[in-house]
Order: sequence, then structure tokens, then C-alpha cells
Amino acid sequence: MLTPGEVLELIPQQKPFRFIDRLVELTDARAVGEYTYRPDESFYPGHFPGNPVTPGVILIETMCQTGLVALGIYLLGLELPKAEVAKTVTLFTDSEVEFERVVRPGDTVRVTAEKIFWRRRKLKSNVVLTLADGTPVAKGTVAGMGVSRDNF
Amino acid sequence: MEQNEVMGKVVDILRPFVKNPSALTGISMDTSILKDLKVNSARLVDIVLEIEDAFGIAVTDEAADQVKTVGDAVSLILKTKA
Repeated sequence: MLTPGEVLELIPQQKPFRFIDRLVELTDARAVGEYTYRPDESFYPGHFPGNPVTPGVILIETMCQTGLVALGIYLLGLELPKAEVAKTVTLFTDSEVEFERVVRPGDTVRVTAEKIFWRRRKLKSNVVLTLADGTPVAKGTVAGMGVSRDNF
Repeated sequence: MEQNEVMGKVVDILRPFVKNPSALTGISMDTSILKDLKVNSARLVDIVLEIEDAFGIAVTDEAADQVKTVGDAVSLILKTKA
């Protein structure tokens, strides 16, 4: 069984495309992760000039890095040794997400993900994104599939 | 449950995943789920789970791997329910 620290080490996404600072909960049924958007993130100067707003696609990516990548690594770690888990990467397959408010530079968000199904290396999760104080930001479902790094 | 009834339910399950809707017009037991209907292979797990729920059956991964056509799915369902 992988620890939250080991799962964080195995997440392949790195700066400037890493949107998970810590995992505050991780079980075979759910994952809770947090991330604080740095004011110097690469996308703020263009989205939008003089009025930085975190792009919706980045919020979805943030939801996926906890709800699919971290949870998927943990679930795979229940089936395979760590070295084998490290050879797998999660590719995004489908999602349906609704947004309720904008997220600004410096905001900390929390992703709460609950597994819908995990089968044949495909993971589908319900994900809820909130600000640190619980204010709703977005929610929906995301799904991804684990594939060997050698196969794409 | 008869073959035509199972096929109708299978087509209803497949419909939202079909990228080539014109292939639904002449759909038959020989219609390929991936090649003719252009279903995204990443959605096959979703389809298997929907079939399990709709027909109250459990489909093994090995059996699911053998399904290439609509007819394969219908036969598997009928065999599993029998």
C-alpha cells in the first residue's frame, strides 16, 4: 500500500503543470487534495491581462490530479509493486464539470474525489472543488485510464 | 429475453457513445462497435458497466475482451443470463 507521500512522488505532472501540494486524505474510495495557485503561474498574464482568473481547464486539471492521478496511483499500488506503478501514467478520457465561481491567484482550493468505479485501469470519480473555506467552485465527474508510459 | 429485445437495449446503451450515427441506421449483429460505430475505446468500460446494470449480470474482463460486434455483446448477454 502506497503512502500519500509515495503517491505524491509518483505523480508525473511537474511544474509548471503540477496542481497538487498535498494529499490530506487517501483511501481506496476517496482522495482529498489541496493546491494554492501561485501568483506567478504561467497562465495568469494571458488569462486575463490585468484581471487574472484561473482558467477552467486548469481547475479541471487540478480536480483530475487528485481525483484521477493520485487516486489512480493509490489504487494501482494496491495491485502492483511501486516500480510497476511508476511505469504507468493516467490519461484523461472524459468529464462533465460545472463551474460556480472564479478562482484567483493566491487562492487555495480543495479537491474531494470519490471513486465511482475502478476497473481495467479506468477510474471514474465524482469530484468537488471548493475554496479552503468550503465555498463551492466546481463539481462533476472525471475519468481517466492508466496506460504504460512506453505506449504513447 | 429474446435476441431482438436484447439487441434493442444494447443499441440504446451504445447510442450515446456512437461517433458515427449514420451506422446506427443499418445496424446489425455484424456491426463492429469500434470500427463501424466509431465508439471511443476508452469508453468500453463504461459500456460494459452499463450492460451489467441494465441486464443484472456480471461480465468478466476476459469475456468483455472478446466482444467486437453488437452480435458478440448480444450473445454474451444471452449466454450469461441463461
